Amino acid sequence: MGDYQVPAQYLLSHISKVKILKAPKITNKTLELGCKYSPDFVCMPFKYTLGTFLECLEMGANVLIQAGGGCRYGYYFELQMQILKDLGYSFTYINLVSKGKENVKKIYQDLKQINPKLSWIKLIYHTFIASKMVKYMDHIDHYIRKYIGFEEEKGSFLALKEKMLSSFAKTKGYISLYLKYKKYQKKFKKIPYRKVQNPLRIGIIGELYTIMEPFANYQLELMLASYGISIKRYTNVHYLLFEKSRVMKKEMKKIKQYVHYPLGADAADNVARTLELCQKKYDGIIHIKSSFCTPEIGVMPIIDRIAKEYGVPILYFSFDSETSEVGMQTRIEAFYDLMERKRKS
Amino acid sequence: MTKTTIGIPRGLFYEEYGYLWKCYLEKLGLNVKESIPTNKEIIRLGNSYATSEMCFSLKITLGHIAYLQNQVDYILLPRIDNFGIDNQTCTNFLLLYDLAKNIFSASFLSYNINELKKETEEKGFMKIGKQLGKKEEECKIAYQEAKEKEKERKRKKIKRNKNLLEKEKKKILLLSHPYNLYDPFLGEMVAKKVKKRGFSVLYSDAFEEEEMLKQSQNLSKNLYWYESRKNMGALMFLKNKIDGIIFLTTFPCGLDSLVNELAMRKESFPYLNLIMDDSDAFAGMDTRIESFLDILELQR
Repeated sequence: MGDYQVPAQYLLSHISKVKILKAPKITNKTLELGCKYSPDFVCMPFKYTLGTFLECLEMGANVLIQAGGGCRYGYYFELQMQILKDLGYSFTYINLVSKGKENVKKIYQDLKQINPKLSWIKLIYHTFIASKMVKYMDHIDHYIRKYIGFEEEKGSFLALKEKMLSSFAKTKGYISLYLKYKKYQKKFKKIPYRKVQNPLRIGIIGELYTIMEPFANYQLELMLASYGISIKRYTNVHYLLFEKSRVMKKEMKKIKQYVHYPLGADAADNVARTLELCQKKYDGIIHIKSSFCTPEIGVMPIIDRIAKEYGVPILYFSFDSETSEVGMQTRIEAFYDLMERKRKS
Repeated sequence: MTKTTIGIPRGLFYEEYGYLWKCYLEKLGLNVKESIPTNKEIIRLGNSYATSEMCFSLKITLGHIAYLQNQVDYILLPRIDNFGIDNQTCTNFLLLYDLAKNIFSASFLSYNINELKKETEEKGFMKIGKQLGKKEEECKIAYQEAKEKEKERKRKKIKRNKNLLEKEKKKILLLSHPYNLYDPFLGEMVAKKVKKRGFSVLYSDAFEEEEMLKQSQNLSKNLYWYESRKNMGALMFLKNKIDGIIFLTTFPCGLDSLVNELAMRKESFPYLNLIMDDSDAFAGMDTRIESFLDILELQR
């Protein structure tokens, strides 16, 4: 998923002796493969991950890993495994999340199967480093998102990011990782960008997979950056793994007026974010999700209500296998004009 | 003083809890008003409040709430999170209450079932009673009485299914969630068509719950949705005793998209997969049901 391959790969290569196949970047071919063998109205991440599994199996992989979450994501793997078995592949699989909750002991036992020498200490140490890597990446990403629309030399942010990722991939221990992070942080700060007074600001909220996988949202962030819009995005892996439960306890109190209970997956989080973006007087909100994402569909009317109360324009995107990039561009252009005009008036 | 009227919307929770609520509230001496069975007007109302991608069952439910909203003092709408880690529910069950609170102007009565956090049904009913200004003892008696009546009703349902199983007639299992099975625009319509051809129809929700949850393990050990587990239990229990299965799914049901597909892939039996949405065209569906039954009739 996006660039998070790097820490995942680091973790796996250190806790097991297996050869890691780098999953190919998601392309139209992946999507086509995934759609061909998936049920019709399952949500898109299912199709993307199934497509990726198929490509990996073709490349010779024999261990597959799937995560899970608090919606139907938690049940993906069982059906995916059945589909792949029906297609005649053989493999072992590891499911990181069962019944919507992480079960550390079970993961450990599963990992033991592929690497009998694995010890708890090793697992914890390398998990720690990988999680730090995720954190640093998210920090840098946050910075990039803010300024990429205003870079002097086109592509300079992304080029440096590529370099950083490949250097992160070679990490040996925690200290070397930390030094690398500091080094690249300085480098990023040196990249020249135009200082614009009061740029348009947009917050991106929505379903987690579509937000994090650049192919799934047709590079929405880059498209927005090309208009010179500053972007705020909340969901990242670090948030999901380490911050969510703590943050949401606080946030639930803030949104009491609208929502009383957690709503499944990231739905309530998005209500809280909408409220925050509105109160901070952002110029617009973009809500993205994959088609048929049940929790997000259900929460849309609530988000709509908040945005209306504060008078903040909001644009909804629902992605599936047929979304065209051009149509999306038209809608963003219109949305941009709307925000511009609203500011002038 | 006029009595307080409480609205019970049909839809997601009605089939499983509607009768229980009605008995409970009437015992407490309150007026109960149910929404009318689903018709085109209800669907139209629901669509005017829903977003386009919501599942059809949820749209219908919103229609029922909209129908009631100006006629009653309170609308009863629970939130059901889980009955333990292995029995979680669809996310629509989690968010319906909050959603309704935001888009309707009516006042709602609500309770939350989350057995992982020890919030049980009984506590929920006590909470409602308190909100309506009733004494706790009174509520307890009413709850127990209502529960007894509900059990009796369930027993009758199960008995009907058992009787059908023993008969010689060709049998079809109509497999869907309880809220779809008895809706005149969904399950009832399909059932009528099947019965007309001389088949008997078994409803997937009318079996002993414990037994069904156990049976579902035979299909999938990791399945953790309460509704789906009951359905799959019925399927595993009956698959050798019946002639065919009709999967009835409302578009785009999240649970069914995965679980039904798994069942179709893992087990072999004659089945028809019907997916319903709010279009008015039933002719295509008629043809499919008829040809499915034709095939079953030829298989002797």
